[in-house]
Amino acid sequence: MCDMMRNVARIPGEGLAKGLAVTLRHMVNKSVTQQYPEVQPELPPRSRGVIALVEENCTVCMLCARECPDWCIYIDSHKETLPAPEGGRPRARNVLDRFAIDFSLCMYCGICIEVCPFDALFWSPEFEYAEHDILDLLHEKERLGSWVETVPPPPAHEVGAEPPKEIAAAERPARPSTGKTAEARPRRTEPADRTPGPAAESAPPREAGAAGEERPRRMAARDVRAIRPPGALPKKPEPEGAPPEEAEPRKPEAPESGTGGEEPPKSAARPERPGPEERPRRMTSANIRAIRPPGALPKKPEPKEPEPEEPESAEPESRRPEAQRPENGRGDEPPERPGSPDSGDSTS
Amino acid sequence: MAEVLDLVLRLVLILAVFLVLPLIVGQTEHKVMAHMQSRLGPMYAGGFHGWAQLIADGVKFMQKEDVVPAAADRRIFSIAPAVALVPYLVVLAVIPIGPGLVGTDLNVGLFFVLAVMGVGVLGSIMAGWSSGNKFSVLGGMRSAAQLVSYELPLVLAASSVAMAAGTLSLPGIVEAWEWWWLPWQAIGLAVFFIAGLAELRRPPFDMPIAESEIIMGPMTEYTGIRFALFLLAEYAGIVVLSALTTVLFLGGWQGPLLPGPVWTLIKVFALAFVVIWVRVSYPRLREDQLQKLAWLGLVPLALLQLAITGVVKVALA
Repeated sequence: MCDMMRNVARIPGEGLAKGLAVTLRHMVNKSVTQQYPEVQPELPPRSRGVIALVEENCTVCMLCARECPDWCIYIDSHKETLPAPEGGRPRARNVLDRFAIDFSLCMYCGICIEVCPFDALFWSPEFEYAEHDILDLLHEKERLGSWVETVPPPPAHEVGAEPPKEIAAAERPARPSTGKTAEARPRRTEPADRTPGPAAESAPPREAGAAGEERPRRMAARDVRAIRPPGALPKKPEPEGAPPEEAEPRKPEAPESGTGGEEPPKSAARPERPGPEERPRRMTSANIRAIRPPGALPKKPEPKEPEPEEPESAEPESRRPEAQRPENGRGDEPPERPGSPDSGDSTS
Repeated sequence: MAEVLDLVLRLVLILAVFLVLPLIVGQTEHKVMAHMQSRLGPMYAGGFHGWAQLIADGVKFMQKEDVVPAAADRRIFSIAPAVALVPYLVVLAVIPIGPGLVGTDLNVGLFFVLAVMGVGVLGSIMAGWSSGNKFSVLGGMRSAAQLVSYELPLVLAASSVAMAAGTLSLPGIVEAWEWWWLPWQAIGLAVFFIAGLAELRRPPFDMPIAESEIIMGPMTEYTGIRFALFLLAEYAGIVVLSALTTVLFLGGWQGPLLPGPVWTLIKVFALAFVVIWVRVSYPRLREDQLQKLAWLGLVPLALLQLAITGVVKVALA
């Protein structure tokens, strides 16, 4: 009998009661199910849903198309020649004819967005674009552009974090080398304005406002730090020493490699032209400081050269050649792609 | 004439209960099980929290093809679902819902109920044997083994109540019930309920079905409406087991304030909830554990209960 009792005592044991308690607790608690079609999921702002294109920012540099591991980006463009401004010469620039991403091939790696130097591509958390026909997953630039309004604001910087380079640069006006800073500002601020969606615009201004209060302090101590971020540092030495050398050899190269290399920088550089007179001043001012502000860095090569236009174009390029040159082997290929018509145009 | 009308009315009522209660229990199982697993369960059919899910299921099952395997014993295969289902309908006829509210008051009601419930298991044995499928045969054999093992504690526990009440009539047992029977018959209650679960082949005693090892056991080859009948039999079995436990051990319609039938229904649904709760909480017993539980656990316990009942009965008399 005692054995039986023990047996019995084991049957309604503690473990069994615990099991019942667990299920009962779950029944009473709210279930975790998300009723998706009725209730939209709350996605984090960096969700990779679809890629949005800000067409105005695209310079047809082809970086995204080249870097795309799936080769799912198709770019067509042609060249337009702008009439010569006073005292200048006519410029050619690229006009985007077609920008398409085939989301049936895309693997959502985001490399195109990372690599875009002109803030033309953005992640949007929008994900409901399934199609019955796989061919409909090829989004042309109109469709890509329509995603822009769904791009959320970038998450705020952490409290106490360094301000973004652009803002740091924009706040430098008080410096002795006025020429540079004056140039730097318009540049940096413009791209910020261009960034899509109300969110993107709203975010930087806040930071700028907050940063503005602190300006006086920073000028002394933080300048150095502002310069240091890894992205900014490596570029300085090149523009200083190399600009004349690099800029000239590139020109011949560029036509060969196609639109990717040269043209985009020109279009980007145009707004800055008015500044050529000021450049010489920079040269005179302490070189080190003049170089440091991240916004101002790329422009240094310009003052050295007599021709204002090309050095400007060289700024963005000066970054690229490092990254691109190894790829130039590949770079020859993109012209063969669907996007290749550019190359034909550009060479012609 | 009045008698005939009365009889017809009772039968219609029983049929309605038989058709409605299992559906309610089935729906409850869907929702309770879902929420215990932090899900929502059916949410669309019928509009409000998927209340019509089982009706939709029934419609779907009726539209499906009724397949009879070539190797099957056609006739046995065809009537097996009915054999599984009808006994529960018959049992409902003798279960009292309230004072005087009973299909027929058999004076051997308890005996009748236990005998007929055993027939229900025959349905799954027939289905297993006639399907011409090794999984089905395995399932059928497990059903038979389970029936043999658990019928004994079930009958012993029920006979303890019959001893205490001094009658085999179900309404008579309810009338004789007193609140202190709860502690007195507590062991019998547990044994009866567990053994009943095993008879129904409900988890954690669903070794005969054991979809992870023998697919669906005896129901492997069944499709469409015949399969639906097996499912209905399972839910009807839950209702019958809960009602029987209520009548034998929980005092049936007895209870304060509320009218008798309401009390019966409350107790039946509470027990049905426990059946579902246990299903969600526990994993399936192995075949040897199943047999061990019956022969080394429940049978001795039932005998103990019989002894206690006898001693108390004699002491009181």
